[in-house]
Amino acid sequence: MKLNTNSNAYIIGYSAILVVIVAFLLAFVYQALKPMQDANVALDTKKQILNSLNLRGLDGAEAEAKYAEVVKKEAEKDGRKYYMCNIGGENVLVVQLKGMGLWGGISGYIAMHDQKEPKVYGAYFNHESETAGLGAEIKDSQEWQEKFIGKRVYGDNYEVKLSVVKKVEDPATQVDCVTGATLTSNGVDAMLKDCLTDACANAFTLFEDIMKQCAPADTAAVQPKAEEE
Amino acid sequence: MALFSKQNKEVFTNPLNIDHPILGQVLGICSALAVTSQLKPAIVMGLAVTVITAFSNVIISIIRNTIPNRIRIVVQLVVVAALVTIVSQILKAFAYDVSVQLSVYVGLIITNCILMGRLEAFAMQNKPWPSFLDGVGNGLGYAMILVIVGAVRELLGRGTLLGFKAIPDACYDLGYVNNGMMTMPAMALILVGCVIWVHRAYFYKEK
Repeated sequence: MKLNTNSNAYIIGYSAILVVIVAFLLAFVYQALKPMQDANVALDTKKQILNSLNLRGLDGAEAEAKYAEVVKKEAEKDGRKYYMCNIGGENVLVVQLKGMGLWGGISGYIAMHDQKEPKVYGAYFNHESETAGLGAEIKDSQEWQEKFIGKRVYGDNYEVKLSVVKKVEDPATQVDCVTGATLTSNGVDAMLKDCLTDACANAFTLFEDIMKQCAPADTAAVQPKAEEE
Repeated sequence: MALFSKQNKEVFTNPLNIDHPILGQVLGICSALAVTSQLKPAIVMGLAVTVITAFSNVIISIIRNTIPNRIRIVVQLVVVAALVTIVSQILKAFAYDVSVQLSVYVGLIITNCILMGRLEAFAMQNKPWPSFLDGVGNGLGYAMILVIVGAVRELLGRGTLLGFKAIPDACYDLGYVNNGMMTMPAMALILVGCVIWVHRAYFYKEK
């Protein structure tokens, strides 16, 4: 018997069977590989955090070991993650950043130290779909990320001073934007403002015991902000 | 029929030379430009496309007599999409860094014209084994260009090959600088153009 492969019933049946087979296959592959993928994502996050602490270029096992050694405490507030780290006896706070670039989301981690007058210890940025060679430089250019090091983060009233601008007027707090990527740089600027506004206050409440040791003088200045929330 | 008869050999070697998917048919240029700024993603992308072309060719060739003619493109697309998704999941599990570098381009293999072109032009009319050879041949032809362009771009743009330093420090001391232009997609287009030029100048004469 020769099947009529052009009849409607055959076409509908054929496509239904095909789709079911493919669906089962994909579901199986996804389930089987999920644990490994999750482990990879977790390791990548740790590497990004280490990058922001200027510990770059570590591979899998090294990164795990270093992370366990350096990061003392993790906490989450308002959907943002904070990491309390200790490098060579100095307390460093890493804040997770999330924002919007030109074509898609951008993210990153920024490390701050010196509680009396928080300064950037290191920074790492990531992006989903910025233009290669232009906006993507925020991730690819280590040189650009290192420009943040040593900049003051807050002004006198704990407003965010750290910014990315076209023309640097105050080298203590401003970073030159990426040439040819003004909109992505603006995104980074907005992300810093957005994510760091309450970072210090949040960090105080989250890591009170650790923070107390390093900045008793600042508690008064920051505490009102924390209460406003 | 022998596994490596003269005909089958031609099926395999033609896409590496005169019927080359990029050089001869000028297919699949988009991803060739995007993933070649370094050698490693170029190699992985080339392998991924080779595997997917080969196996989608085989699968379509096996079921070619049962496929309803009116929805054959849909069936081809479903098979390709399933294979691409599987490859992308495997990359995420075993080569996470590379999968991040390739980002959307793994998914975009689905729309790579080389695949659909080979399925429609070859696998729909031929037996599984020649279809497999045709897929591998076309995939390797594509991979070959990616590797050439990727190697040149990484060497001149970053001074490295596969991440290892390839240009000695002495050259930098003499005033040599990496060419930033090479890391831009535009240079990939020019390089592909040069490869096509060389290829046509030397291999098209006898034809």
